[in-house]
Amino acid sequence: MKITEPHKEHIVAHHFANSKHEFDSARLGMWIFLVTEVLFFGALFVAYAFLRWSYPEIFVEAHHILSWKMGALNTAILIFSSFTMVMAIRSAQLNQRLKTSLYLITTMICAFGFLVVKFFEYSAKIHHGYLPAKYFVAHGASEYLHLFFGLYFTMTGLHGIHVLVGIGLIIWLLLRNRKGHFYSNYYTPLEMVGLYWHFVDLVWIFLFPLFYLVG
Amino acid sequence: MQNKTITESLIASNGWMPKAASTFAPNIDGLFNFILYGSILLFVGILIVTALFIIKYRKRPGYSPPSGPHITHNTFLELAWTVPPLILTIFIFYWGFTGFLDMAVAPKNSLDISVTGKKWMWQFEYKNGTKTLGEIVVPVNTPVSLIMSSEDVIHSFYVPNFRIKRDVIPNRYTKQWFEATRTGTFQIFCTEYCGDGHSQMLGVIRVVSADDYEKWLANAGSADDGLPPEKLGEKLYTSKGCVACHSVDGTNKIGPTWKGLFGKTRAYAGGSTVADENYIKESIENPTAKVVTGYQPVMPSFKGLLNDKEIAGVIAYIKTLK
Amino acid sequence: MSESLPGTNYINAVSGIKSWLTTLDHKRIGIMYLLFIAISFGLGGFFALALRLELLNPGQLIVSAKQYNQLFTLHGAVMVFLFIVPSIPASLGNFLLPIQLGAKDVAFPRLNLASLYLYVFGAAFCVYSMVSGAADTGWTFYTPYSSTTDTSVISMTLGAFILGFSSIFTGINFIVTVHKMRAPGMSWFKLPLFTWSLYATAIIQVLATPVLGITLLLLIVERLVGIGIFDPALGGDPVLFQHFFWFYSHPAVYIMILPAMGVMSELVTTFSKKNIFGYKMVAFSSIAIAIISFLVWGHHLYVSGQSDYADMIFSFLTYLVAIPSAVKVFNWIATLYNGEIELKAPFLYFIAFLFLFTIGGFTGIMLASLSLDVHLHDTYFVVAHFHYVMMGGTVMAFLGGIHYWWPKMFGKMYSEKAAIVAWFFIMAGFNMVFFTQFILGTKGMPRRYYSYLDQFQPLHAFSTVGTWVLTVGFLIMAFYLVESLLNGEPAGDNPWGSLGLEWTTQSPPITENFADTPHIIHGPYDYDKVKLS
Repeated sequence: MKITEPHKEHIVAHHFANSKHEFDSARLGMWIFLVTEVLFFGALFVAYAFLRWSYPEIFVEAHHILSWKMGALNTAILIFSSFTMVMAIRSAQLNQRLKTSLYLITTMICAFGFLVVKFFEYSAKIHHGYLPAKYFVAHGASEYLHLFFGLYFTMTGLHGIHVLVGIGLIIWLLLRNRKGHFYSNYYTPLEMVGLYWHFVDLVWIFLFPLFYLVG
Repeated sequence: MQNKTITESLIASNGWMPKAASTFAPNIDGLFNFILYGSILLFVGILIVTALFIIKYRKRPGYSPPSGPHITHNTFLELAWTVPPLILTIFIFYWGFTGFLDMAVAPKNSLDISVTGKKWMWQFEYKNGTKTLGEIVVPVNTPVSLIMSSEDVIHSFYVPNFRIKRDVIPNRYTKQWFEATRTGTFQIFCTEYCGDGHSQMLGVIRVVSADDYEKWLANAGSADDGLPPEKLGEKLYTSKGCVACHSVDGTNKIGPTWKGLFGKTRAYAGGSTVADENYIKESIENPTAKVVTGYQPVMPSFKGLLNDKEIAGVIAYIKTLK
Repeated sequence: MSESLPGTNYINAVSGIKSWLTTLDHKRIGIMYLLFIAISFGLGGFFALALRLELLNPGQLIVSAKQYNQLFTLHGAVMVFLFIVPSIPASLGNFLLPIQLGAKDVAFPRLNLASLYLYVFGAAFCVYSMVSGAADTGWTFYTPYSSTTDTSVISMTLGAFILGFSSIFTGINFIVTVHKMRAPGMSWFKLPLFTWSLYATAIIQVLATPVLGITLLLLIVERLVGIGIFDPALGGDPVLFQHFFWFYSHPAVYIMILPAMGVMSELVTTFSKKNIFGYKMVAFSSIAIAIISFLVWGHHLYVSGQSDYADMIFSFLTYLVAIPSAVKVFNWIATLYNGEIELKAPFLYFIAFLFLFTIGGFTGIMLASLSLDVHLHDTYFVVAHFHYVMMGGTVMAFLGGIHYWWPKMFGKMYSEKAAIVAWFFIMAGFNMVFFTQFILGTKGMPRRYYSYLDQFQPLHAFSTVGTWVLTVGFLIMAFYLVESLLNGEPAGDNPWGSLGLEWTTQSPPITENFADTPHIIHGPYDYDKVKLS
């Protein structure tokens, strides 16, 4: 990594007055986007509430099938990755380019770690036939347990897609950091991806107790 | 595909609504007329004021608008056109709500009939086990409670003359009650879109006197004893709803036409057969076994809905359609 | 007034197809939206003509039952997702919002272009659905029919899903633009009312559309792997889908109508040379509508068997949301008082809106009533009602807006005489088509019927003939607008003598909108305080 080169001066887009104006606008836009994301997942949480109210027994049953230890491990991984993300932004603000990249890489490794744990969880469920309705083949399960797993795979799957998108964004940040785009006066993309990443983390913090712990 | 109507005309009436035939109708029609004439009054008022303004203040030679600052608000005026409409709509809300509550709760002594909607027919079952298709007979001036469910998708049970409508949902029971106020034959529509046969998912309610109802119920199912088989079949063709999907004049509907069907070779996925008595019986009782090429496997099974004698009647009727 | 178009403007600043496809200029993006939206309207209109033709007689005329079902599904889906939701905000809104704020562009020009591409991408999925066994579910995609039918539902819902994101990104862009890009002196209460309405619309787009997205996604997953949440056979609840669907789709009605109301405020002030009556009432009523619109979705489910208490609350709130709409109508009429009214083509559409939307509103009062709705629900009465609101309201305002800002967008005038003739055809045709359907509906004619009782035929036939009159009106309009583009007279910078900020710059504007950043000193409608030079 060519960290000795100086950073590139950021050029403010023509329709903004200055870089603060640009940064504030981007941050407002990102927050509004996250509001739409909240509603996006919100509808699924409503579906969750509906199922839980209709069939409380399947949640008790599923509680014994899901491994809370794996869920807890993933929660820890994501919380740690949120911390490293914050540190990456902090480093950029202090013009520490190498540190920025190192923190970003750590965040990315955590994201991959999360997916690996998820992969083992998924394959265990699939192996035992705990699949959405049409493919549900598990033995000895109660009649409506498939509904739980339908929702489980939809919600954690959608969250997993968000994690994948996050990985893509972090790679993009790494490439731009390598070119020296980020410094104390311009770190908008870092800040935006950071907000996104905290949101992904937050969704998991809701998913974990609702699926793994509530019985 | 003509819909020969045996029901009372919906468009022949003095007002906007079809002729009323249930206890709910007067209240609902009153509400409709109240809103209608109130709206017309307000609408004409709005039009007159707008037209007057446009004529009086139009740009023309020799006219210049009053000078001085424009009036941009007037608290009294704004309250005047906000608060009274609000009170009026709350009154309308209350009227509609109380009318709705009357429709929600059936009287205890009501006559229960269970209704099953399926693509694309209405099936009714009385407490004594009598089953009918596409037609219910009810006594006049008696509360009737329908307990409804669907076998496939969502349907909706609608009788315009009674001003009733309720969705019929799979895996769930919905209820609708009514009390007919006069005898006659009234139209049933399905009003929740349910596929190709949606507009053919019709039925009739025959409202008869209490005596006629008792007679009908006692004889239900045995009234056809005297008919020759092909006449029985012809009757079943409409009463059991075959007419919804099968024509007898050669036109193509959802299912194959019955005209010239008997003795024809029928090709289906994985083979072909001649349409003989056995094939027709099988197709009535187990319709998806041999679906003729080019048609969808959408016909419900009539097993248990037609007895052997009735099936023989249908076959005899098909034989007459050359 | 100059005889030729001003030298440099956003149209001729750079040339070539590529300069349009990669442009970040909100005006060019708006014009491209306008083109795609017009094409979508033509397509949806074609489906409407075909299905009305089929309904000329009770039996089969040109298509089978299944094809008819596909026709009304495509008509609805195209008109809702491809035409009316993006119509005013994406085309006129994109073009005008930054200019009305005195800005050079929207806050995120690249996101704006991405929205356009998402729109085209989503439209491509819808078109793919049309040619690969078009969906026959109705535009509402009710389960379990939509999860079991064998037509191409997934590509249609995926298309709508993608279009939803296009709409969300436009909404985000507009909100940030209004917050952050206002010119010096442009306080919140100097904002033009069109901008206020776009802002209120954007809030609904951002809050409601994700729920549609997830609903359609759940439907797709349901069809693919059968998660069962909407499937009664697997223990799910089909009515839950209706709640999810209308949680978006009722606010979406206001996504469609609010920008139209904004256009109305602009038309009435410019063509009566009057300051708007009750600026704050009109502005806040947009916001009030936006908020209450989230709480009324259940009025689509009066007969679905939701609890009576839910019905009561939804009915009550529905009446509340009617009030701000009525207030706006009264405000517009009061604005005419003591004005100087010019009956130009855009103002004719103001009158059309007033006339038709009011009928739509009054019939809405009937439908909101619990007991009366039981009779009218899912009949032609509902069809007529929402066409009076959507077409009589939104489309009329859209047409008014296009005629009003046409010289702004292209610097040319159209034939006023032809515009008046077209207006008469459209008004006559529209009322023939849809007023008839009010009568059909009260008589009990259910909607989405391929065949019908013989007794309804005269009314159906009259309605069908109306569609032909309507078509003539639109063809005349298409003709004179294209003619204007080719040979139109130069319009000058401000042909209507409007005080709006967008008219203070040249027409068509330069790429940067204003040569110098404007400083706002008066409100957009201060005709009593400012005399035009």
